[in-house]
Amino acid sequence: MLNKNSLILLVLAVALILIGLVMPYWFSFLVTVALGKGLVVLGLVILMRAGLVSFGQGLYYCAGAYAVGAFSHFVETDNVILLLAVAMLAGLVISSVVGLLLSRYRDIFFAMFSMAFSMILYGVLVKSAELGSSDGFNVTSPSLFGFAPEVNGGSILSYWVAIILAFVFGAIIWRYFKSPMGVAGEAIRENEIRVEYLGVSVQKVIYIKYIMAAVLASTGGAITAMTVGHIDPEMAYWTTSGEFVFIALMAGTGHVAAPLLGAVIFELLRSFAFQVSPYTWQMILGITLLAIIIFLPKGLWSLKDKLMKGAKS
Amino acid sequence: MTALLETRDLAKSFGAVTAAADINVKINAGEIVGVIGSNGAGKTTFINMVTGYMKPTSGDILFDGKNIIGRKPREVMRKGMCRSFQVAQLFPELTVLENILIAQAMAESKTLSFFSALHTNKREQNARALLDDYEILEYVDEVVSTLPQGVRKLLDIAMAMISQPKVLLLDEPTSGVAIEDKFDLMTTVMAAVKKSGAAVLFVEHDMDVIARYSTRLLAFYDGRILADGPTKEVLRDENVQTLVIGHHLDMDELEGTANA
Repeated sequence: MLNKNSLILLVLAVALILIGLVMPYWFSFLVTVALGKGLVVLGLVILMRAGLVSFGQGLYYCAGAYAVGAFSHFVETDNVILLLAVAMLAGLVISSVVGLLLSRYRDIFFAMFSMAFSMILYGVLVKSAELGSSDGFNVTSPSLFGFAPEVNGGSILSYWVAIILAFVFGAIIWRYFKSPMGVAGEAIRENEIRVEYLGVSVQKVIYIKYIMAAVLASTGGAITAMTVGHIDPEMAYWTTSGEFVFIALMAGTGHVAAPLLGAVIFELLRSFAFQVSPYTWQMILGITLLAIIIFLPKGLWSLKDKLMKGAKS
Repeated sequence: MTALLETRDLAKSFGAVTAAADINVKINAGEIVGVIGSNGAGKTTFINMVTGYMKPTSGDILFDGKNIIGRKPREVMRKGMCRSFQVAQLFPELTVLENILIAQAMAESKTLSFFSALHTNKREQNARALLDDYEILEYVDEVVSTLPQGVRKLLDIAMAMISQPKVLLLDEPTSGVAIEDKFDLMTTVMAAVKKSGAAVLFVEHDMDVIARYSTRLLAFYDGRILADGPTKEVLRDENVQTLVIGHHLDMDELEGTANA
């Protein structure tokens, strides 16, 4: 039996899926790409709540995208379920290995090591002629067992998949944040020594969180690859990872909805900034982030708490 | 009778500096043991070694008859030996209740649940009962970083006691606590700990506190145990007064405090 909140979320998800049928294609495209990035940022938030900032989520974003690209190309399938599963598996396998090392490091060392691994992948892809070198390669549009409806001039399937995944992962992570394992992140951020003396391995908890973040990032990469239809090594470049950190700081870590909404706001802001000032759009983004850090240090999501407090008083 | 905790020829060196040597101690169930010594005498090194925070250079540590050398703090904790710290080790930006709930969940199982809620009615009831035992229930919804030092110390000890250990080690439980509050704090702690029947080792600088609450005393000097015996006897020892305490103790006055 669904409770009230679950019912509201379900209705909202169905509404967003239906809105996609009347939405202009450019907007559903923007929302889909944003939600792909939002999932990456959601994973980043899992790490940030444990006091860790990764500048290398591009590694998994890119790995997920290339897993989709390579699998669809070599196995010749466009099945969205299969492609998503392969992308998640890629994130899971790589992070299971890399996480063994990274879970031992904290602070700037964790940030730099994570960036280093993403740059290694970037370097490998740039030198891989079979995978298109620095140009990358095109990815076929996905279908669900041959079902790939076109609405307003473009495929709507990726948008629907992104909405469903955002809600499913959002609900899972929301529940997770309230669980002992989820709260262990905050405990670790606050005091690792006490966590160890309470009988729990800090390294193991961080390792699990790292893998979860990686699977989310590779799923985000898969959504992006299927939507954009093209992948290239820039997805692993450190500036891409920096963009995820940017969104996380802008949105805040207070709620699972924050990174997803933050990513949509970020994409809208970037589109707007690019239209207003094609050569200095980064400046507009920079000024926006600066203003948010100064006036809302806990991110845009904290605005909701402030507004609710204001309404109560 | 097999001792609950036993150390055999325990030693720790940092290069040429010997922090602890020839430490042979047996702690039995239910004992309340005070530990004294000047700064650098080896008290905290001793606690750090037996709780797995620091690996000894040589020697053995037997807990419940089993050697626990090389065990990590979390493994030592799971075996039944917990500790509090000189500087309370808490989760400062969380509330008192959240601190206790996390400690409970972690004490229940080393494999943390992914989907069951941390905050359950049962855990909250237990948390409130525990906080009541330590007389800090009124702070249940306060953020820890805003609390006075004495309350933080009590919370630190309460969190250490959540798993109902067989041995509790308290590293300077009254340090940073106002003089007038020291006895209240120790009385609260000892009453709460007594319920569990755990053996207690507590490091302390205040001889009035030592005289009142410990039945046995270990005096550390220069990394070694200078004296080990009933508290009053050790405090009367000339060597202990000269080398450890640093001045002559008025035993009549001390006994008066102890019986107060």
